[in-house]
Amino acid sequence: MKLFGALSWDAIPWNSPLPLIAGAVVIAICIAIAAWVVLAGHLPYLWREWITSVDHKRIGVMYILLGLVMMLRGFADAVLMRSQQAMAYRAPGYLPPEHFDQIFSSHGTIMIFFGAMPLTIGLMNFVIPLQLGMRDVAFPTWNSTGFWLTATGALLVNISLVVGVFSRAGWLPYPPLSELEFSPDVGVDYYLWALLISGIGTLVTGINLVTTILKMRAPGMGYLKMPMFCWTALASSLLIVAAFPILTATLAMLALDRYLGFHFFTTAGGGNMMMFINLIWAWGHPEVYILVLPAFGVFSEVISTFSGKPLFGYRSMVLATLGICIISYLVWLHHFFTMGAGGTVNAAFGIATSVIAVVTGVKVFNWVLTMYGGRIRFATPMLWSIGFIVTFVIGGMTGVLLAVPPADFLLHNSLFLVAHFHNTIIGGVVFGVFAGVAYWFPKAFGFRLHEGWGVAAFWFTLAGFCAVFIPLYMLGLLGMPRRMQHYDMEMWRPWTQAAMIGVYLFAIALICQIVQLVVSIRRRDSLRDDTGDPWNGRSLEWATSSPPPSFNFAAEPNVRGEEPYWEIKRRAIETQQNDARYEAIAMPRNNATGFVTGFFATVTGFAMVWRIWWLAALGLAAAYAVFVWYAWRDISEEEISAEEVERIDHAHRERRADWLARQSQTRETT
Amino acid sequence: MTTIEAPALGRPADPYKVHRTEMLATGHGDAGPASTRVVVAFGFWIFLLSDIVMFSAFFAAHAVLQNATDGGPAGRDLFDPTRVAIQTGVLLLSSFTCGVSAVATNARSHVWTQAALLATGLLGAVFLLLEAHEFAGMIASGAGPQRSAFLSSFFALVGLHGAHVGVGLLWLGTMMAQLFVKGFTPILYRLICFNLYWHVLDIIWVAIFTVVYLIGEGR
Ligand code: HEM
Ligand SMILES: [Cu+2]
Repeated sequence: MKLFGALSWDAIPWNSPLPLIAGAVVIAICIAIAAWVVLAGHLPYLWREWITSVDHKRIGVMYILLGLVMMLRGFADAVLMRSQQAMAYRAPGYLPPEHFDQIFSSHGTIMIFFGAMPLTIGLMNFVIPLQLGMRDVAFPTWNSTGFWLTATGALLVNISLVVGVFSRAGWLPYPPLSELEFSPDVGVDYYLWALLISGIGTLVTGINLVTTILKMRAPGMGYLKMPMFCWTALASSLLIVAAFPILTATLAMLALDRYLGFHFFTTAGGGNMMMFINLIWAWGHPEVYILVLPAFGVFSEVISTFSGKPLFGYRSMVLATLGICIISYLVWLHHFFTMGAGGTVNAAFGIATSVIAVVTGVKVFNWVLTMYGGRIRFATPMLWSIGFIVTFVIGGMTGVLLAVPPADFLLHNSLFLVAHFHNTIIGGVVFGVFAGVAYWFPKAFGFRLHEGWGVAAFWFTLAGFCAVFIPLYMLGLLGMPRRMQHYDMEMWRPWTQAAMIGVYLFAIALICQIVQLVVSIRRRDSLRDDTGDPWNGRSLEWATSSPPPSFNFAAEPNVRGEEPYWEIKRRAIETQQNDARYEAIAMPRNNATGFVTGFFATVTGFAMVWRIWWLAALGLAAAYAVFVWYAWRDISEEEISAEEVERIDHAHRERRADWLARQSQTRETT
Repeated sequence: MTTIEAPALGRPADPYKVHRTEMLATGHGDAGPASTRVVVAFGFWIFLLSDIVMFSAFFAAHAVLQNATDGGPAGRDLFDPTRVAIQTGVLLLSSFTCGVSAVATNARSHVWTQAALLATGLLGAVFLLLEAHEFAGMIASGAGPQRSAFLSSFFALVGLHGAHVGVGLLWLGTMMAQLFVKGFTPILYRLICFNLYWHVLDIIWVAIFTVVYLIGEGR
């Protein structure tokens, strides 16, 4: 059938039960949720308040939701892989090789691009305008478009589970394996279109955040008064703007090779596959810092809040952040010391890499010294932060070991490398996101998360983390290469089994997280935050109500004074208390541009994967039509009247006053 | 940068309003958020910088692959200096007319703005036609992008620039229609952005002209 390009009934994996069943279950769940939403009459609300929302807080929450769901999906892959390797000693295990290859590829792809990225971007989106005293981000509609393009990419990867196959070439599709000659099915194409589309979404978000942070800050919010999270978010967004176009270009070249017979990276026609490795890591190394820098910011906020002290060495922290931002762009070659560029080149990049560890060390010392002499409260966000400091130091040190070229020749592409980067990404990024979610959850929803389940989740995660990755370090030192479907070495066996047990500990931690969410929602009345400032925080977002009104701040926060965080917040609350004159506020109107663009991007991407050219053309034409329609519209703002602002603000103040009264009452009676 | 003035929206000043125009705050934290004009132009600059990064990747690929002709034709066998010179002249001229449109916009002259934009669009179209002619000729003579890695990188880099010009023309068309129907106010910032975009395309072409054609001619 030419009408549907290469798509036919054979694309559905009728004869491999695992993906079919998994796919069927996922589809059933999706249909059930959709049916519930429609039948319970939630659809209009969802459409009005969330899907078409251009409010940075809503978009941030949607990003985080997407990231969490995708992390669950990626975790399922991890369980499958660890179980396979535990069983596959002198045995084929239960996963056939071509399926195992798809699983490790989709695991890495999903975790980095659709798990970790949406989570960090979601946090940045939610927090930055609140911390810098703004009403909104610079380009609200683009913000929504960026989110929906990311969702498009996630959707495409998951469609490949049921319709066709996913890439078998790893989370970075190295040629020549990913060329048409060696990967003739649609797996790599799914990868390419998912990433090309979501990459544009990420770029849009990066541009938006850079502009927002540099140009939209509240009066008086000078550079050296910005909270640390905003600095790291700025560095991360700058890296997005500088690095993601390289990813787009590289994947576009691979797509040209596959679709139009170009010869960028082929073995024939003079193509140069090492160029792919260079280009992809010129993006890839900055990418790991795009992920981890915002997490560093979260830790800075959390540690200073829960130690009851200003951040130690604020200025050195800013310098270290910018230093990492620049150096991370200059060290990409350490990912392929074994390419054979020669001793001098390798030495240069090895030294450059180690410099990053030095700069990161500055940060670690600052965090520790912030805690020193402070009155530490061990709430869940703080636990994640301390857990991070301990685990990340190990990850950094193994990184420095890998940055020594002779050592890297032994450990490259072994499980030691896998342990290193999981050590940094889980111990850094994932812990950071969990700390951030627990920390800002009350700001977003107006009630805190249940502590007990949060603490349990932390300890199980930490235990699972050690149980999985210490064995992987050992396996790497024992010479086990990454990505093995089965093996014959007796001495590897106990360690792979230990790692499998570890992944089950992770699963328990995950259940704790889900229970925590359910319990917190059910007990939300007793966990309510009436003050807007449940942690006695030190930055501006705690000066407004929880959840904040759509316009964030009723009256402009008065940002003066010296101490970057504390003073600003105090003054902001003060100026909002002395009955400021309320004025009407104009806010951007919700619109469906982002969602519709994402819809047509999905259609186009799917059509390109299956080479249904007419559908792809149709999708593109529709996308252009959306653009014209968006450009043509007139009214994009709606005004919130002064009375409405006053009403909302007074309600918040009354709640705060009530709370204070209740507090002093309990103090009197006890 | 061009100096198209911002429209006055005639609303009371709310320092937090996203689309604030009155004050000339820079956004550096002294006086509050910058005006919409600054925010939009700044954001668009950042976008253009990221676009330049993408071009750099294609330039790098071309630099790596320019000798990888796989026994096929090299630059000196393929390039026609006269056509490239005309293309360059046409594109530079279109940048000039684009600048003229900004001047006309500042003077709020509908006729001159439209005329200058039309000239810009026509020159852009001529540029694209010449490029299409070059591509068609090369493909017909068996020197298409599939022939060698060198030609792949050539077609991708030059074609990417051409695609940008094409997108620019679509954008230009929509703006001219809007200008005709609604007048200046709703699209002033877009005119600023278009000016930036078009001039940057010119700069990139100068790099292509030098790196691809002039140096390639010498090989
Ligand atoms: C503290 C300083 C760090 C140093 C010195 C360092 C060093 C290295 C080196 C030398 C490699 C290449 C090893 C090889 O391919 O043989 C590597 C790989 C990697 N690192 Fe790091 N690293 C550091 C921090 C991080 C952070 C913070 C992250 C993530 C947030 C990270 C994520 C990764 C990833 C994902 C890979 C390789 C992925 C792959 O090959 O598929 N690293 N690191
Ligand atoms: Cu790296």
